[in-house]
Amino acid sequence: MTKIKSLADLRKKKEELEQKLKLRETSMNPENFVQIKVGMATSGIASGAKEVMDYLIEELEKRGIDAVVTQTGDMGYCFAEPTIEVTRPNEEPIVFGYVSIKKADEIIEKYIKNGELVEGIIPVNYESIDE
Amino acid sequence: MAKQIKIHLLVCGGTGCRVSQSEAIKAELERELIANELENEAKVVTTGCFGFCEKGPIVKVHPDNTFYVKVKPQDAAEIVREHVIKGRKVERLLYTNPEKKEQVADSKHTGFYRKQIRIALRNCGFIDPENIDEYLARNGYEALGKVLSQMTPEEVIKEIKDSGLRGRGGGGFPTGLKWEITRKSIADQKYVVCNADEGDPGAFMDRSILEGDPHAVIEAMAICGYAIGATRGLIYIRAEYPLAIHRLKIAIDQARSYGLLGNNIFESDFDFDIELRYGAGAFVCGEETALIHSMEGHRGEPTFKPPFPSVEGYKGKPTNVNNVETFANIPIIINKGAKWFSSIGTEKAKGTKVFALAGKINNVGLIEVPMGTTLREVIFEIGGGIKDGKKFKAVQTGGPSGGCLTEKHLDTPIEYDTLIEAGSMMGSGGMIVMDEDDCMVSVAKFYLDFTVEESCGKCSPCRIGNKRLYEMLDSITKGEGTMETLDKLRNLSHVIKETSLCGLGQTAPNPVLSTLDNFWDEYVEHVVNKKCPAGVCKSLMRYVVIPENCVGCTACARNCPVHCISGERKQVHEIDQSVCIKCGACYEKCKFNAIAIV
Repeated sequence: MTKIKSLADLRKKKEELEQKLKLRETSMNPENFVQIKVGMATSGIASGAKEVMDYLIEELEKRGIDAVVTQTGDMGYCFAEPTIEVTRPNEEPIVFGYVSIKKADEIIEKYIKNGELVEGIIPVNYESIDE
Repeated sequence: MAKQIKIHLLVCGGTGCRVSQSEAIKAELERELIANELENEAKVVTTGCFGFCEKGPIVKVHPDNTFYVKVKPQDAAEIVREHVIKGRKVERLLYTNPEKKEQVADSKHTGFYRKQIRIALRNCGFIDPENIDEYLARNGYEALGKVLSQMTPEEVIKEIKDSGLRGRGGGGFPTGLKWEITRKSIADQKYVVCNADEGDPGAFMDRSILEGDPHAVIEAMAICGYAIGATRGLIYIRAEYPLAIHRLKIAIDQARSYGLLGNNIFESDFDFDIELRYGAGAFVCGEETALIHSMEGHRGEPTFKPPFPSVEGYKGKPTNVNNVETFANIPIIINKGAKWFSSIGTEKAKGTKVFALAGKINNVGLIEVPMGTTLREVIFEIGGGIKDGKKFKAVQTGGPSGGCLTEKHLDTPIEYDTLIEAGSMMGSGGMIVMDEDDCMVSVAKFYLDFTVEESCGKCSPCRIGNKRLYEMLDSITKGEGTMETLDKLRNLSHVIKETSLCGLGQTAPNPVLSTLDNFWDEYVEHVVNKKCPAGVCKSLMRYVVIPENCVGCTACARNCPVHCISGERKQVHEIDQSVCIKCGACYEKCKFNAIAIV
């Protein structure tokens, strides 16, 4: 990996990474591209987040849906693990809690494919500090 | 093809809103949609708690984010007719901003979400913690770059001092001042230590930060190294946190490969690297001198301060020890400035604090609120209130060093000093909520059991005194205590506090003192009337059959593990108290409420 040698380097790298993320989104069929984050902290994994993540990766592939599934840390909703955040193209992200394999299937079929919300939504209840 | 659902009506299904009829609202909304033949275009969905219980029940319309408050079942028709069909907002149900007295339609501008601001948790649950690129895309290492290329170490320390950041591990010592003292200590080598030995029962925010955003801590340690003049960093983490360790290792490797750790970082001649040290999970090792001894390979025992670690720490060199959450705040302070940070919080405590909500609370989890938020807001709004609609009894903060706060403290703003005044402390941020079914003597006993177990044994007040406290509490729960025991309990607690060597012993009696102060009647009930009001202390309760309710179904007798219940079929049963082990199996099995706890 190339070393980052200065603040200018770092900022260039940041721009590149942001571009790359955007490119990834637009090049992969922007109409359908879906991003999913799975909360994979200890509490999530203990409640079965890993199985849900594997299931999502396999099933989205099988069902021909362009999506990127990544892991992330604790979203803070330990009472509702496993939790996943789904972002449909050009829409606000939505967090679902208590995601079992069955619930994951329902989320793919109803929300990811048709934008129809299903039970288990956890409303965002905090303010972020991003401008 | 079926029409696509275009509008969603989100109805809050949190406990608070359910109590105020949110289920009936949902049913009404669904009925109205069907009546207007809209069931294929709009859908009603129950969601988790919006954390706005005070204004509940909440109905939010998606996608336009309209936020209706205090909705009643009879409002359903109007919402469907006006909003869903005609696209007009039902103004009388909109939230009115109390300060500006104007109605707010969009949930993002209710100002309500300012109750939680995520600073330390900003990336937690947002980025992939095993991919440094995601951290970099979120302005990661920008603060380190800025510090190394544009600021002197003195300027960095001034910025941290001006921000008002205080230690998040419990003590609340001003972070900038600690850095300054370490900078002024002269030595050939200095160390930056991250205290990740999170030991309070019920606290897990440090683990979550390390699991969710390890680079924030690494970046902050490097900034600290530059500020105090250290080139080496150590993270002392308990071996029970395997996932956090795994992700830290990945993060350190990735930072090295980008040259963000190692020699000549940002070509500034500044070298810094980090290694991990594992703890065996001893509570006392969260105390900084004990932590340092443990890292040196010695027994994890505290030593008297002064000398403070900032003068003489790891291997006798000046060492700056900060907690995980404290570090997680540093990069943001550098990026956004001390002024921004100090605008959040109260006069004496700036910024936010992460709390781990646990116990009898609906929304168990991690929250981050500005300093000065009240316990009521945390427990009843963000936390969604008490489980199963029970009554709030107490909240334990500060772990084994803290105390129990009661209903009268609910409106106390949370900050370091106010919690100490109320007889507890901030601690690392664990909050264990208790309801009417919890016995406060047993709670105090639980914490003493913990400190007795965790005492290192070096000084006698802690080693012997706490053991005696535990024994006295135990005798009270067995009905053997007297009023004299209560006096002794209080006196000994004060002696231990005043004469123990380190923080562990000095604070160990706090759970006893705070429960004595706040729940005196409950102690008296145990020693005088030999009763446990919460029905927890087994020795003080008896299970008895209520003859009027007993139908003689034999369910209790069949499930009793010690066969102490006798009685013929269709006859009233009886429990033999001399054999009963008070397991409660009969109480749970009885369908006729014929078993009572007295």
